[in-house]
Amino acid sequence: MSEKQKLVPMEAKNFLTERDSGKPPVLECSHLGIDFGGLRAVDDFNIAIGQQEITGIIGPNGAGKTTICNMLTKVYQPTRGSIMLNGQDTANMSTIQVNHAGIGRTFQNIRLFKDMSVLDNVLVGLHNEMHYPLASAFLRLPNYWRNERVARERALELLSIFHLEDHADWKAGSLPYGAQRRLEIVRALATNPCLLLLDEPAAGMNPSETAELMENIVHIRNTFHIAILLIEHDMNLVMGICEGIAVLNFGRVIAKGTPADIQANPAVIEAYLGKKKEA
Amino acid sequence: MNEKKLIRIPTPARYLINLVLIVALYLVIDALKNAGVITKYWNGILIVVGINIILATSLNIATGYLGQLPLGHAGFMAIGAYTGGILMKSLPVDKMVAAGDTMGALPYILLAILCSAIIAGLFGLLIGIPALRLRGDYLAIITLGFGEIIRVVLTNIDSVLGFKFTYGSAGLKRIPKFSTFGLVFICVVVCCGLIHMMMKSRHGRAVLSIRDNEIAAESVGINTTYYKTMAFVFSAMLAGVAGCLYAGYLGSLVPSTFKFMKSIEILVMVVLGGMGSMLGSILSATVLTLLPELLRSVADYRMVAYSLLLVIMMIFRPKGLLGSYDFSMSRVLEKFLNWITGRSKAADAAKSEKEAAK
Ligand SMILES: Nc1ncnc2c1ncn2[C@@H]1O[C@H](COP(=O)(O)OP(=O)(O)OP(=O)(O)O)[C@@H](O)[C@H]1O
Ligand SMILES: [Mg+2]
Repeated sequence: MSEKQKLVPMEAKNFLTERDSGKPPVLECSHLGIDFGGLRAVDDFNIAIGQQEITGIIGPNGAGKTTICNMLTKVYQPTRGSIMLNGQDTANMSTIQVNHAGIGRTFQNIRLFKDMSVLDNVLVGLHNEMHYPLASAFLRLPNYWRNERVARERALELLSIFHLEDHADWKAGSLPYGAQRRLEIVRALATNPCLLLLDEPAAGMNPSETAELMENIVHIRNTFHIAILLIEHDMNLVMGICEGIAVLNFGRVIAKGTPADIQANPAVIEAYLGKKKEA
Repeated sequence: MNEKKLIRIPTPARYLINLVLIVALYLVIDALKNAGVITKYWNGILIVVGINIILATSLNIATGYLGQLPLGHAGFMAIGAYTGGILMKSLPVDKMVAAGDTMGALPYILLAILCSAIIAGLFGLLIGIPALRLRGDYLAIITLGFGEIIRVVLTNIDSVLGFKFTYGSAGLKRIPKFSTFGLVFICVVVCCGLIHMMMKSRHGRAVLSIRDNEIAAESVGINTTYYKTMAFVFSAMLAGVAGCLYAGYLGSLVPSTFKFMKSIEILVMVVLGGMGSMLGSILSATVLTLLPELLRSVADYRMVAYSLLLVIMMIFRPKGLLGSYDFSMSRVLEKFLNWITGRSKAADAAKSEKEAAK
């Protein structure tokens, strides 16, 4: 059956913008949904993310944004629908395999390796880029030194994107809040993903930090040539850098399109932006 | 800018420094023994110290580094002890050991140690695979049961099956006493060395990442089940080595040595020293072995003292004496060199200048 489906030309309607509609998507979710007991946390979620596209998901608290992130990374098993990553069905994959297949992520409630150094956090991300067996580590064979040296250089290079290289020896848990969020991005990048999921990366950052983060995200997309899925409450950030946006409310998509479309959409204004104005 | 760079000792030189320190320690103890300061009695206690260091540092892999709570470390020690004991009894080494022909007996001794490690590791694998696939504290319960089962089996297996194998509660006797101070010292160095080499590699970092945050570790593609099992098996193997040395030290084994309290005793050493600190484990294993010897008269109250010590620790230093701090002679040396040459001050000044420029 899956073979047959592939023969049908790719439906363009799941793309949020026209930009990538001709190309195969990095990620395609169709009719994705999950229930927690009686609660339909996410229902009938359809999206296609183009290669090197920055996509945003916005929505009020409890809309189901983090839940989508957790389904994509298989922290939660979806109840309905399918997730295709580079044309590969992830139905039988674990969190680990999904990462190997190309999804890197950050967490809304920061999950760093707190008691390890900043550098070691990134080196854990580079774990699968190093290839030497335990015996090489025990005996300190040449391939241990070679792999470790290359990985260390790479880690410092990645840290320098966010000017964290001077803090490489710090304990990750002792970094300021904003830096911890940035370190999480570096750690995810280290796994060499083709799709990066950022769950509220600007939460707790001040406006100047947020502005810098905005530049960094675009820079990452341009240098690593990866797609980025951004979940965020900060409207300036989302509207400023996302090419396509999906708006979620009570687990359902209520609007999709370019930032201009979204800003003009009355349903969105009612569900989301309208609320903000009142507050 | 031509500011002087801070002195950093290259890693190979660090290894050399550590090696020199270790050899020096051995020579000092040896000299003290020759001078008669360390009597035969204290020589035996030093051997026990060494065995306890291996037990504590190996348990530290599973508790401090992996973040699990195994309560049956004495069980793995028992497996190692009986494997080593039975093997050495059946090998033709009795006369060599008695005559002090260490070199001739060495291949057999190494074989026994290796077998002890492998068999203890196999049991670790058997328990680890089902218990560690699950997230949560299942390991504590399963290892608790395992430790007791091993002891009961060792006590009863002969009368049930009619073998002359472990000799039940009467005890396995006349094991060649092959555990000399030199052998134990080398085993301690090798075990600690192996642990260090693992922890400072991608494999060790994977283990640490699981302790700090399992979900995050999976999200960066760490095979958590594999690394949890690996660390646990490694921990069990080293406990097996300690058990084997213990058999070769005492020359006789009874199952009741490996009671639940023995596991707790080892755990106390780890917790006291600081979870995840190898030096902490080494120091507290040393102190907690020597202290009861020095305070023979109050030895009966040892368990009371342990409990009190633990309660006090939990109140005042919940992370153990050293926390997760790991001592490095080279780092101290580096700091000293930088201070002597005035480089640390220059670096500080440069740093604050940089900050001011921002
Ligand atoms: N593990 C779970 N068990 C039960 N309900 C859950 C679980 N995870 C999420 N939910 C529910 O699913 C809904 C969506 O939650 P989710 O965390 O995805 O929201 P969100 O859009 O990320 O919100 P926020 O902006 O606050 O981060 C909420 O009603 C939440 O209570
Ligand atoms: Mg959320």
